[in-house]
Amino acid sequence: MDHFARLGLPAALELDGAALDRAYFTAQRQWHPDRFVGRPPEERAKASTEAAGLNDAYRTLKDPLSRAVYLAELNGVELPGDGKSIDDPDLLMEAMEAREALHETATAEAVDALATQVREDMQRALAGLGTLFLRHDKAAIRKTLLRLRYLDKFAEEARAKRTNLQRVKA
Amino acid sequence: MSLLEIHEPGETPLPHAGEASLAVGIDLGTTNSVVAIAREGIPAALHDETGKALVPSVVAYPAAGGVLVGEEARLLMAHEPRNAVASIKRLMGRGAADLHAVAGVLPYEIEPGSGQTDMVKLRIGGKARSPVEISAEILKALRARAEAALDKPVERAVITVPAYFDDAARTATRDAARVAGLEVLRLVNEPTAAALAYGLDKGSEGLYAVYDLGGGTFDFSLLRLEKGVFQVLATGGDAALGGDDFDRAVAERMLAERKTDGIADGIDEAAVKTALALARQMKEQLSERDQTSGRLDLAGTPSFHALTRADFEAMIATYIARTLDIARNVLIDADTTVSDVQGVVLVGGSTRVPLVRAEVAAMIGKAALTDIDPDEVVALGAALQAEALTGGGDTLLLDVTPLSLGLETMGGIVEKVVPRNTPIPVQLAQDFTTYQDGQTAMAIHVVQGEREMVADCRSLARFELSGIPPMTAGAARIRVSFAVDADGLLAVSAEERTTGMAQRIEVKPSYGLSHEDMADMLYDSLEHAEADVAQRLLTEARVEAKRSLLALDAALAKDGALLTTEERAAIDQGRTRLEAAIAGNDRDAINAAAEALETLSKPFAERRMDRGIREALAGLSLGELESRVGE
Repeated sequence: MDHFARLGLPAALELDGAALDRAYFTAQRQWHPDRFVGRPPEERAKASTEAAGLNDAYRTLKDPLSRAVYLAELNGVELPGDGKSIDDPDLLMEAMEAREALHETATAEAVDALATQVREDMQRALAGLGTLFLRHDKAAIRKTLLRLRYLDKFAEEARAKRTNLQRVKA
Repeated sequence: MSLLEIHEPGETPLPHAGEASLAVGIDLGTTNSVVAIAREGIPAALHDETGKALVPSVVAYPAAGGVLVGEEARLLMAHEPRNAVASIKRLMGRGAADLHAVAGVLPYEIEPGSGQTDMVKLRIGGKARSPVEISAEILKALRARAEAALDKPVERAVITVPAYFDDAARTATRDAARVAGLEVLRLVNEPTAAALAYGLDKGSEGLYAVYDLGGGTFDFSLLRLEKGVFQVLATGGDAALGGDDFDRAVAERMLAERKTDGIADGIDEAAVKTALALARQMKEQLSERDQTSGRLDLAGTPSFHALTRADFEAMIATYIARTLDIARNVLIDADTTVSDVQGVVLVGGSTRVPLVRAEVAAMIGKAALTDIDPDEVVALGAALQAEALTGGGDTLLLDVTPLSLGLETMGGIVEKVVPRNTPIPVQLAQDFTTYQDGQTAMAIHVVQGEREMVADCRSLARFELSGIPPMTAGAARIRVSFAVDADGLLAVSAEERTTGMAQRIEVKPSYGLSHEDMADMLYDSLEHAEADVAQRLLTEARVEAKRSLLALDAALAKDGALLTTEERAAIDQGRTRLEAAIAGNDRDAINAAAEALETLSKPFAERRMDRGIREALAGLSLGELESRVGE
């Protein structure tokens, strides 16, 4: 059973956060191990497995990027594993320039400005995915998702750098 | 004819009234412990004859025999320090290797590692005792207090643990309960229990923060609440930050003032303890008024010290700023901002300090909830959950893992399998493969922490998966599965999936990391992220280069005859250069040498491939060849 089906939701890129929460809470009310205290071990084991499956589904679908990656995989788009090298020269160039810019920033404000820009880039790229899914353009979906993954990682690095700058200041 | 009753799956049947034993909630604290019970949704802490709810978490084994717990044990500590132990919670689930972390903090004699168990033991009252046994004494005392107050047997409990407690500390807590004759219905995280006590879910739904500042620890959690659901979104903290730091600041100031006044003190441990006790009193008074003074009498020379609230606040400002920094990082982890937070719950004695209240309220932008006693609030929440679990309540607690769980891969790099703040229970698996041709065993090393390198994370367990059928490097598929249950306890298993001859191993980590280590590890991960990435890239380059050397050596051993002497010499030279680069620390040099060697050995690789094809075709007739090509 795929994650969408497990939560009784349509397999779509756009997902109403409140509907996802509702579906998840309803299912957890049925399967959470707290509901099985004092029940026979087999029932408890089954509940634990079901609850873990629900948590996996919820976590994957909650975040727009991981949801997009998951939906792409359901649609037969193959993405390299996390941390594998990038085969897209445009993206490599963008990554190199961004990393250089981050390296040169010396204040928390400058890092924030970069981070804001990355967030906007991510939102734009995510918004553009819908059309690509409609067109079943697997190559373009793959390219966009790889870029989003990289942007996500970059945002993480920016955050680390910001913590570092603040700590030095303190 | 009577019909059999069948319950809906997941519905807990109501116990027959009066028949089942009662279930209590227990806050097993570092400094104090509390036991509470809830009836029909109303929790109450259970008091002793003198009306006290707090039981000091001190255990004593008097020379005269027997065991004392609580206030009596604390009194005995002054006379028989070697027979009493306090703050045992800090050692729960910890091994001898962790002890350097608490050296000097806990003045106990440590037993050298004995036998199977890795857990540390203390020599108290002339006998080696584990933190599990000692904690069990506290739990037994709480159980006895509950049975006396309720006049009924008490056999089941919900016990709270810090959100940060790792796997081993949780296991140790559960074991202690078992020793005390209590069945643990659930281990619940302290901030979650506090939110439960406030019944926040019953009001308007939304996002709430729990700010928990105790004597020595700080925790900050974000929870989303709606009608009966408590969903923990993210949690973080620092276990070496708390009210003790405030006391120390005030004590240091007084000792410095004496020096300025020309009083020459030989400052020993007793002097520091006296100064700290006075500092604590003055701190507490400043929660009620704007200024206070104290008389510090050391070695017969008294001195008088005045302290205004403004001075005190200036002294502790940096500590509070640090808690707010951590809180901001938790907000980022939860992908949310302060404006989304509806309110904040204050837990722990140190939240009585007015500046703490003011600063937290200013950051969150809303007044803090403080109407439940911060020392009792956690036990009250635990009692409510105990009632819900036994009485079929409708409350749903959805908690998360506090720290990432992962495995060691080649070169000491951590591959994270379960990221921090993942909702539990969780079952996640990852496939790994072999590094060398013919490899038949794989060492599996489970670690916990946020850093990229194994050496910077905490080791939880090691085991070996053997009996992997010999295959070429990278062909085997080893699936390693992590399961974390609703109590936050981890189990790891591994199986070889290529051949179907599945060998399965399951481990339970033996001991874990300290509360303090965890906070440090989290903070370090943010601080070192940049350096970690560089280190990771270097290690990856090395691993990749070594892999190609292994492959080249295997090929040379088999088909070396295909090379002329000069070609062989050139390849050997390239090989030596790459080995030298691997020994250095320059990633670019390693990659360049690896590439040069690849270019050098390219004709060799081509010749090997040609020969491979020729061999495959040798002895085939044209007809056979065509039918093969057609396949």
